[in-house]
Amino acid sequence: MTAVSTRLVRLLNMVPYFQANPRITYAEAASDLGVTVKQLRDDLNQLWMCGLPGYGPGDLIDFEFSGDTIEVTFTAGIDHPLRLTSPEATGILVALRTLLDVPGMVDPEAARSAIAKIESAAGTLSHGAEAAVDEPAPVESEAAAAVRAAVRNGRALTIEYYSASHDMLSSRTVDPIRVVLVGDHSYLEAWCRSAEGVRLFRFDRIVDAKVLDEPSAPPKPAVQAEPDTSLFDGDPSLPSARLRIDRSASWMFDYYPLRVIRELPDGACEAAMTYASDDWMARFVLGFGSAVRVLEPESLAQKVQESAAAALQAYEVGADSTGR
Amino acid sequence: MNLVIALLSTRTFITAERIRETVYGYADSASDEAFSRMFERDKNELRDLGIPLETGRVSQFDPTEGYRINREAYALPAVELTADEAAAVAVATQLWESPELITATQGALLKLRAAGVDVDAADSGIAITSTAVLPGLRGSEDVLGILLSAIDSGQAVQFPHRPTRSDPYTTRTVEPWGVVTDRGRWYLVGHDRDRDAPRTFRLSRIGDHVTPIGPPGAVTRPEGINLREIVARVVNDPPGGTRARVWVAAGRATALRRRGTVVGPRRLGDRDGDELTVEFGMSDPLAREIASYGPDAVALEPQSLRDDVLARLRAQASEVTA
Repeated sequence: MTAVSTRLVRLLNMVPYFQANPRITYAEAASDLGVTVKQLRDDLNQLWMCGLPGYGPGDLIDFEFSGDTIEVTFTAGIDHPLRLTSPEATGILVALRTLLDVPGMVDPEAARSAIAKIESAAGTLSHGAEAAVDEPAPVESEAAAAVRAAVRNGRALTIEYYSASHDMLSSRTVDPIRVVLVGDHSYLEAWCRSAEGVRLFRFDRIVDAKVLDEPSAPPKPAVQAEPDTSLFDGDPSLPSARLRIDRSASWMFDYYPLRVIRELPDGACEAAMTYASDDWMARFVLGFGSAVRVLEPESLAQKVQESAAAALQAYEVGADSTGR
Repeated sequence: MNLVIALLSTRTFITAERIRETVYGYADSASDEAFSRMFERDKNELRDLGIPLETGRVSQFDPTEGYRINREAYALPAVELTADEAAAVAVATQLWESPELITATQGALLKLRAAGVDVDAADSGIAITSTAVLPGLRGSEDVLGILLSAIDSGQAVQFPHRPTRSDPYTTRTVEPWGVVTDRGRWYLVGHDRDRDAPRTFRLSRIGDHVTPIGPPGAVTRPEGINLREIVARVVNDPPGGTRARVWVAAGRATALRRRGTVVGPRRLGDRDGDELTVEFGMSDPLAREIASYGPDAVALEPQSLRDDVLARLRAQASEVTA
């Protein structure tokens, strides 16, 4: 779209916007409309010269400015925003549908009804993404719903959490700060009372959650800090492993934050992956068998090897006692 | 702007000549030709923006062609979203990273706000970090943007595609029908012109250079086709789950315990533990999961699962050859 067209669309939508938001301030309006205050003033000056043919005093679009607020007093018939174009509708609908699969981000029922309403308002069904109308809303787990409610209402929570790094279920009381989307997953960011620190809890690992009858009271500095995304940014202070990934496991690149180091002649690939816990990383790699091997660090490679050897021993023992 | 106002305000069709006389901005045209050029340009602009410009006879008695804008088709119908629905929309509109999709969602947001919907992301208690992507869309968002707009305009597309990350790319020509997500994975479904059959393509397997080819409107999605079903047929596990018996050490392998059913306590050698049963499908990563627990989980049955786990462990017990 050219700059002229973009502006025309904005001007056309601006008139009903002011009608829907009477006595709005310049700053708020500019932020809602996605322009600077200066651009907003230019736009208003332009609109003021538009109106019905005849262009007499009663034909022109009219505003009332008082203090720093704006109100439209005559719209010249521009009472409705333009219909959504098909890319516009598709952009929102595809994102909403995807959110249905991400626990904790939105109320799935609300997302679904929003999809239906936007689809019907867009008129022509946008066929970029499949219509969701006939599908039942994915059932939100009770735990995810409870966590979402606690975040929204500022309540403390007791959660039953599966820690992948320690392979353990633990119960803890937390003060929710916010929900964050990091990488491919949604997390509850909260002050953990037992660890006395801010922790990210992956939604799909919160097994159970109970909202407490007390307000969420995380320490102030914890709330103001940005979410800790060091695992996903390849933070240099965290350990990083150099892996050899066979072509049969190349699907891993779609799921894990791997950084390619070099492609090998046999179709395999050397890649780096940042991790937080040695135990978790050793288990992660071990399961892949020959498809993923640790090249560095040596300590991790050794850990994997020892665990594999111990496991083979368990199979020897088990062979005598499988009871068959 | 004045042209839109004039054409919206009229119920009857008005002629180009009358537009020239009455609508501000056209009267200054130096010649008929200059006016026609200007008027043509403006009409095209309006049509490009999706504004429904109609033509028709000025009256029953006057066959001259005139113009008006269809009010019904112009206006966004009333949209009333509850606070929860608006919150969902606010989160959704923050997810895109590619310029085309950001422009599209910002455009939609502006219209919704103009319709009186209060979409405010600030107080939703949700943060989208800079590393966040729509789940499963890592690195494929530009591809998605081009595909969506091709589907919208009914155009065929050509793109490089490889079945796995380590295969070479080949060029595919596809009439795109739609994009479907299935458990966090993104798929394009369409008619593959080279294979002359419907095909499903994982977005992450499509290379960066997607080019629309041929005229818009050339592709129509067949009636009554269910894209979701097509994808499900291709990607889902064949039914017929198998039951595995697995030993797990006491207090270990928590995720595996949650997935299966504990049959009862059982010792393996000198270690306490439990026996579980776990249902699993054909392409299930159960062997990987069991192997990952090392000595804390042992596959007992079926033998094929046991062999798979053993092969993984033997490989990892050997020295790495870089």
